[in-house]
Amino acid sequence: MKFFTDENSVLAQEIIGRYPKPRSAMIPLLHLAQEQEGWVTDEAMAEIAELVGTTSAEVLGTCSFYEMFKRHPVGKYVINICTTMSCALMGAGDLMKHAEVRLGVKSGSTTADGMFTLEGAECQAACTEAPCLQVNYRHQYRVTTNQFDELVDRLATSDHEVPEHGVLSQIRQHIPEDRSVGAVPPEDVIAAPVWLSDDEGDQ
Amino acid sequence: MAGTPIAHAPGFIANETPRIVTSRFDHEDSHTLERYEATGGYQALRKALQQTPEDVHNEVRNATLLGRGGAGFPAGVKWGFCPPGVWPRYLVVNGDESEPGTYKDRLLMELDPHQLIEGCLIACYAVGLSQCFLYIRGEMAVAQERVAQALNEAYEAGYIGKNICGSEFSVDIVLHWGAGAYVVGEETALIESLEGNRGMPRLKPPYFPASIGLYGQPTIVNNVETLSNLPWIVEHGAQAFTAIGTESSPGTRMVAVSGHVKRPGVYEIVNGTTTFRDLLYGIDMCGGIRDDNQLKAFVPGGGSAPWFTPDQLDLPFEASQVGPQGSMLGSGAIIVMDETTDIPAAALTLTKFYAHESCGKCVPCREGGTWLEQILRRVVEGRGTPRDLDLLIEVGETICPGDFPHAAVPSKGIDAVPFPYRMTTICFVGPSAFAPIHSALTLFREEFETKVAGNEHPTMIEVAVNV
Repeated sequence: MKFFTDENSVLAQEIIGRYPKPRSAMIPLLHLAQEQEGWVTDEAMAEIAELVGTTSAEVLGTCSFYEMFKRHPVGKYVINICTTMSCALMGAGDLMKHAEVRLGVKSGSTTADGMFTLEGAECQAACTEAPCLQVNYRHQYRVTTNQFDELVDRLATSDHEVPEHGVLSQIRQHIPEDRSVGAVPPEDVIAAPVWLSDDEGDQ
Repeated sequence: MAGTPIAHAPGFIANETPRIVTSRFDHEDSHTLERYEATGGYQALRKALQQTPEDVHNEVRNATLLGRGGAGFPAGVKWGFCPPGVWPRYLVVNGDESEPGTYKDRLLMELDPHQLIEGCLIACYAVGLSQCFLYIRGEMAVAQERVAQALNEAYEAGYIGKNICGSEFSVDIVLHWGAGAYVVGEETALIESLEGNRGMPRLKPPYFPASIGLYGQPTIVNNVETLSNLPWIVEHGAQAFTAIGTESSPGTRMVAVSGHVKRPGVYEIVNGTTTFRDLLYGIDMCGGIRDDNQLKAFVPGGGSAPWFTPDQLDLPFEASQVGPQGSMLGSGAIIVMDETTDIPAAALTLTKFYAHESCGKCVPCREGGTWLEQILRRVVEGRGTPRDLDLLIEVGETICPGDFPHAAVPSKGIDAVPFPYRMTTICFVGPSAFAPIHSALTLFREEFETKVAGNEHPTMIEVAVNV
């Protein structure tokens, strides 16, 4: 059984083609797999291994290092509450306690209806807007307990701005064929780039 | 939902400082090509293309543009470390901002992505870099969207790709996202990650990226803010840049102030001359401590940096003055603690971070970080014993052996040795787990002693060891 849809298979080839070595596409392809399925399945890792020319164990090795890759199903919305210093100083601990009560699950768990996964997270680069959280890696700033409740209510309806877990950027990079320089394996490049003068090329 | 306008990320607060990298932040459409071109965008690239690559490199070298990622090494000098005659060379943009307290690169990517792209192009032209990889932290969906949009626009407009602006200069910029690992912000780990591996740092030497980097080729790794300065430098010249700030720390830099201040925010400040007091108490900046409380301590340069107290408020943003006081300017992040702060608990939030983010490659960090967190946690929760306080130092010294210089103990100071002083690990994650504990214990030991007072019974761990 093929894992990637036809459309994503085309995209996968396009992504691999951007790198001088196919293995560099491993993390982008894991993101693509997670976007398609909401989490990273064994089938996805096996297919990615074939695509980039390695073993599925190697793909698992990379996949398991990175926190964003989920190897089991998670909620439609993953709520990450920052618990690092700036947010902790501004009340992240109370926010987390409130969130656990509101959602009825402990940090690290998913609600029974599969809607929400609650996690404590590390610094999210919004330290001046503490306490902050992310829903599927999109920020909410200076979150009060009331705002948290409103956010959860809003996410439970269909009319809001956050895509489902697995979808990150909704805009893809597109390199037009007539503009692309193209990736070349490093061993095939022997000379200085043409815009450097001969002198500089020798330096 | 597609089509929903994304609100500008908050945080930036304008002041009287000359604005080098934040000049477009007031515009709602600052991220678009239209606005960028209307405000002088891509003119620096055209100007650079009229000069030789060597001249552009010299301009940047003369500007003494210090790296804004944390190490503070001059970018123009770093570029010069590529070994001659070895091709291809690559550019890797470090947009994996995740140091606790740091919030600037994400703003630059979301609010002015074209400025970053133009900076990348100038660097590639000057150093002969044939491909650029723009590595954005995984947990920044909006930054990814803004940069992707900007790259697509710039390709269509002929600024990226083949024969840029009709010249011989050709380079691709490939957008790449991380997937959640703090350590990948370390340049050699970033390269490992970009090669599709677990993001574990490489040993330096020999793996200095400029000589052995991506795919073993010479690679320049530059921070987002560093590159975002390049269009201004090329357009106005190195002299105009060095006219701002001091000779050793010219230009401006972005600093995020978070925690217990009246106006937490991201400020562009004059490098080298602005003091911590200006920033924390200035009326056009943070405006003082919240509720007019007393300042207790502050982290001057990101979660890894040893802490300062009000005694160091008059130090300027100048590495050569902050270093001898035992800390560093790091990534431009100040975390402020007022008099109400529970210091051991605050230190725990940082040690927990570094213990969690250890990649596991070096034993002192993998084991030591976890032990530090567990011991400190039981102290904070009132389950620690007086012996735990010495144990914290003992474990910490397996990561940073020997005396640990600190502003509070000048006799232990080693002048101008940058943090961390001695380390048994490849990268700074290990020492960073210990730094907050060492600072907190040195400066506020009595707070720890209060928490462990009367707890003389052995802890569970000691019982287990003795069995």
